[in-house]
Formats: sequence, structure tokens, C-alpha cells
Amino acid sequence: MRTLIDVRNVSKTFGGVVANHDISLKVPEGEITGLIGPNGSGKTTLFNCIVGNHPIDSGSIVFQDREITTFTVQKIARLGLLRTFQQTHIYGNMNCIQNMLISVPHRTEGYSDMFRPYRREAYERVDELLEFVGLYSKRKLQAGDLSFGQQKLLEFAMALMNGPKVLLLDEPTAGINPTLINGLIDRLKRANQELGITLFVIEHNMRVIMNLAEHIYCLAHGELLAQGSPNEIQNDQRVIDAYLGAH
Amino acid sequence: MKPSVIALYVVIVIAGITAPLVFPNYTFQIAVLWMMILFALTWDIMGGQMGYNSLGNIFFFGAGMYISAVVQIAQFAPVGEYTSAFGAYQVEFTDAQYYTGLGLGIVAAGIGAIFCAVILGACVFGLRGPYFAIGTLGLALAAAELIGGWEWVGGGGGISMPVFPGGPDLRSRFFYYIVFVLAITTFGFLRWLYTTRFGLAINAIRDNESKAEAMGLHTKRYKTAAWSIAAFFLGMVGAVFGNMVGFIEPLEVAFPTVTFGIFMVAMSLLGGKGTLWGPVLGATLFHVIKELTWIYLLGWQWVALGAIIVINVVFFQQGILGWAMDRWPEKFGIVVEPSPGEGRAVGAQEAAQ
Ligand SMILES: Nc1ncnc2c1ncn2[C@@H]1O[C@H](COP(=O)(O)OP(=O)(O)OP(=O)(O)O)[C@@H](O)[C@H]1O
Ligand SMILES: [Mg+2]
Repeated sequence: MRTLIDVRNVSKTFGGVVANHDISLKVPEGEITGLIGPNGSGKTTLFNCIVGNHPIDSGSIVFQDREITTFTVQKIARLGLLRTFQQTHIYGNMNCIQNMLISVPHRTEGYSDMFRPYRREAYERVDELLEFVGLYSKRKLQAGDLSFGQQKLLEFAMALMNGPKVLLLDEPTAGINPTLINGLIDRLKRANQELGITLFVIEHNMRVIMNLAEHIYCLAHGELLAQGSPNEIQNDQRVIDAYLGAH
Repeated sequence: MKPSVIALYVVIVIAGITAPLVFPNYTFQIAVLWMMILFALTWDIMGGQMGYNSLGNIFFFGAGMYISAVVQIAQFAPVGEYTSAFGAYQVEFTDAQYYTGLGLGIVAAGIGAIFCAVILGACVFGLRGPYFAIGTLGLALAAAELIGGWEWVGGGGGISMPVFPGGPDLRSRFFYYIVFVLAITTFGFLRWLYTTRFGLAINAIRDNESKAEAMGLHTKRYKTAAWSIAAFFLGMVGAVFGNMVGFIEPLEVAFPTVTFGIFMVAMSLLGGKGTLWGPVLGATLFHVIKELTWIYLLGWQWVALGAIIVINVVFFQQGILGWAMDRWPEKFGIVVEPSPGEGRAVGAQEAAQ
């Protein structure tokens, strides 16, 4: 299995806070990898390090055998490494269709493409994906007027519209109605299998992540605590202690 | 396009063409009205559609004015000698030379303004929110100072522009129609522009720039292009206005930061920023009120204008069109469903916003 993202000895501190310390992990192509850990254990920080949101103190990040440690957020996104946010980030004063349209891939966009109208295929893809996440009937509403859960779904659809190779999802099920969570798990799996998108998922909901991921990493206090299959992680005493100790 | 919209365009164009014939005494004021519409439209590209409130757009107006003046004068005289004579320089030029100079001047003004926007954009696009507003304001103020101290372009004493080769009526109509065509062209261009990817991209930057970056959008390119487009039209209209007035100097004519520079913001806010028609509506209303208060409330005109701005900002932040959109969303296509895959419906809605 080819390694898509290779995180090598990454450390990141904020003032005195060690958010990530010497973390190494691999995200294999085509799989769903999980990232868990108590609140404040450095999961979101690690995502920010990977996508170039802030410079890292030491270590390196390799994507598809290419060192991307010093690349800008935009450049990394255009390589096909995309993330969604824990706190939803959508374009609030635009409707869902517009949110989706502007999320088309910008990988090969030239200057003349900036001034081109959208093609029919783009609109069809938007309808398909909004249907896929169950927001089709809301497509004409301002995205800012959607509920938090709906915004999460929209953000997921926008990410799919961008056609990434790998998608980092920061707590995709947080704020989603429990009755809809099974549907969302199903959609994440379909995005992985049918669209071939590699997923790297932060998740607090143990049932979800055990169901979804093939391999799970667990962080605690900014350090890599354990890794393994869902079964191994579930029965790892250190993981259990970290979670119990954190509550 | 709906027939009613086409009819509206036809009426506006006919009104614009016939206005100087029907109201010959007000040709200058109506030309300024078209210029105000252009001001508001171009300010709104950045301020309304992209969420970058520039207080320094007037810089491009003044820069265009000076670029054009230099290009025009250079057609028939050494610029330094001409300007240092303060209008006493004896010049000989033919009609053809005058019009060629003017044409070249306007084009050079537009292109020069784009140049300025690209270079200045690289400096100020790192600033956000109030810092961007103040940074751009600083640019306009500094430009006025610099020009004022630059003797080669006349310094604070200004430049008398080459004299139009024709009678006063022909002169005022001639410049009127250039401003009119510029304003209409600006509107038409933006109307098209906002239906392309560009329109959505700058809206996305306004709503959430960090998300736009995280999605890989070329934000820098779009920001530079947006400012360049505004600068292009402002530079050209600046060139024309300098000739229309006949005499240019840095503080009152070329870089009037506290009048035109602030009016362009106030007019967009009044009509409804981030919409295509809002700036047009706001500029028209504002200019008419301004002219009326100048006639009937002399001495209180600034108080009246200030009051409009305060009422607008305190009670009416979305402006007239924004308020109407909140009130009757269905009239603006916010609820009306386009059939799936139908590009034009969304484009039209974009235009309506
Ligand atoms: N931009 C920042 N500036 C300063 N400190 C930060 C910053 N981002 C994160 N931190 C700190 O780094 C630590 C890890 O935060 P992070 O957001 O990565 O945790 P997390 O694992 O995502 O937690 P949660 O499950 O609550 O989302 C925290 O102590 C946090 O206060
Ligand atoms: Mg987090």
C-alpha cells in the first residue's frame, strides 16, 4: 500500500504549549485512517501542520513522495490535499449552489478560466453532490442560514466538488443528528470507495471511528500514544486510561 | 433577460443620450452623475463584492488624470517647460493632434492605473479589515502630497490642460458623452463579470477568505484582478474629468479624498453594497440630493449629506437594495427554484444581487 501522507517527527508549540511533539504517522492511499485523542491533545493542530496553515517547528511532511513542509495552504490544496474545519467554514452570504460552484478544483486554473462562466457539467455535478449529502432541497438558501449540521454536510459536499486525492475531515459527525450519523458514515465510505478519495478523519465518536477506519492513531498531550486496528485501539490500556483520565 | 429589464436599459440609454440636449445647462452636472455611478460601481467591486473596504480608490482617479495630462502635453511640448509656465506656455497644435493626445492619454491612464493597482496591491493585500481601509487611505493622501511636491508635473500649482479646439457647447457635450460611454461600459462589463467564476470567487473571498485559501482558490490573483479592474475604469474617467475641468491640481481635483473618495463609499452603502444595481441607485440618489441641497440648503449642504450617511449607516446598513432583498427575497430569486443545470437562472440571480 502506497503512503500518501507521511508525517515525520513533526513538532509544533504555541508559546509554552506543546501542541504536537515528535509525531510520525502515515496515511496509506485509498484507505480510511482515523485520528483520536482527548480534547486539546493536538489533533486539529496536526491537521493545520499538514495543510500548511502554520509553519512547523521541526520535522517534515511528505505528500505523494513530495516534500510539502514549506508550501502555502493554497498550493497544498491544489495538489489535492484538502481539509474541512471543526468549526464549519462555508461562504455564508452565498447560496448552496454558489458555494459548490466556487469549490471546483483550481489545480489547472489559468488566467482566462477566471472569467469563464460555469459549464453545464459543473451544475450537474453540484446537483448530484447536494443530492448525495441530502441538501438538494436547500440549494437555493443562503449557506449562512443553514443549521450547523447542514453546514457540515455542505462543507463535505464542497470538499467532494473539489475532487481531492485525500481529504482530512475534522470531526465530520459533530453536531449531526444521531439518526443521520449512520447515513453520514455510509456516505464517507462511499466517497472513499466509489470516488477513490483517501480519508484521514478526526473523530470523538468511538462508534463512528471504529466503524469507519481501518487504522487508527491516538494522540494524548500532543504525543502519539498508540496506533493499530480499531480492535487493538479499543483494547489498548493506554488509550482507555487517556480517555478516562481526561474526563 | 426579461422584457421589462431590456426596456429599463433602453430607457436609461436614451435618457443618457438625450440628457445634454434636453437640459443643456446641466450637462456638466449630469456628466458628474455618470461619473458618480462609475465611482460607486468600481468601489463596490472590492468593497461590496469582495469585502475589502478601500478608502483610497480615488488614488487611481488622480493617477489617471496626471498620466493623461503628461501624455497629452508631451504630444506637443516638453512637459517640464509647459507646467512651469503655468498656462502661459504658447502651444500650437492641430485638432487632430488634440484628439490623438486625448485618446492616447485616456488609454495610458487606464493602463497606468492597472500598473499602479498591481504594484500597490502587492503591498496592501496583506492587510485586513480596518487596516486595509486605512492603508489605502494613506496611499491616496500620500499621492496628493507627492504630486504637490513634484514640480515637473506642476506641483501644488497644478496644470492647465490643453485647450479643447471647439466652442463651449461642443466641449461640454463632447466630454459628457465620453463619461457617459465609460459609465455604461463599466456597468455592462461588471454585469457580465459577476456572472463568471470571478463573481463567485470574490464573493467567496468576502465571506471567508481562509476557507477560499483552504480550497485552493488563487485568492491573490482574484484580488489583484479586482483592484485592477476598478483602477482601469477610474483611471480613464480621471483622465476625462481632468480635461473636462480644464485645470488639474492634486488636492481638490485629482485626489479629493474627503469628497469623491468618501462619496464613492457612501453611495455604494446607500444603494446596497455587493449588488449590481445598488451602487447605481445609491449614486443617483446621492448626487441628486447633493445637487438639491447645494441649491436650496446652501450653508447646510454638508450637514444634510452627513445626515444621509449617518441615517444610512445607523438604520439602513444593507442599503436600499439590501433592505428590499430582505423584505421580498422571492423577488430577487432567492426562493425561486431554477431547473437543475440551468446556468442562466443562477447567473441572473447573481446579477440581481
Ligand atoms: N493557534 C493557536 N494558538 C495557541 N495555542 C493553540 C493554537 N491552536 C491550538 N493551540 C493549543 O494547542 C493545544 C492542542 O489544540 P488542538 O486544537 O490541536 O486540540 P484538539 O485535539 O483538536 O482538541 P479538540 O478535540 O477539542 O478539538 C491546545 O492546548 C490549544 O490550546
Ligand atoms: Mg480539534
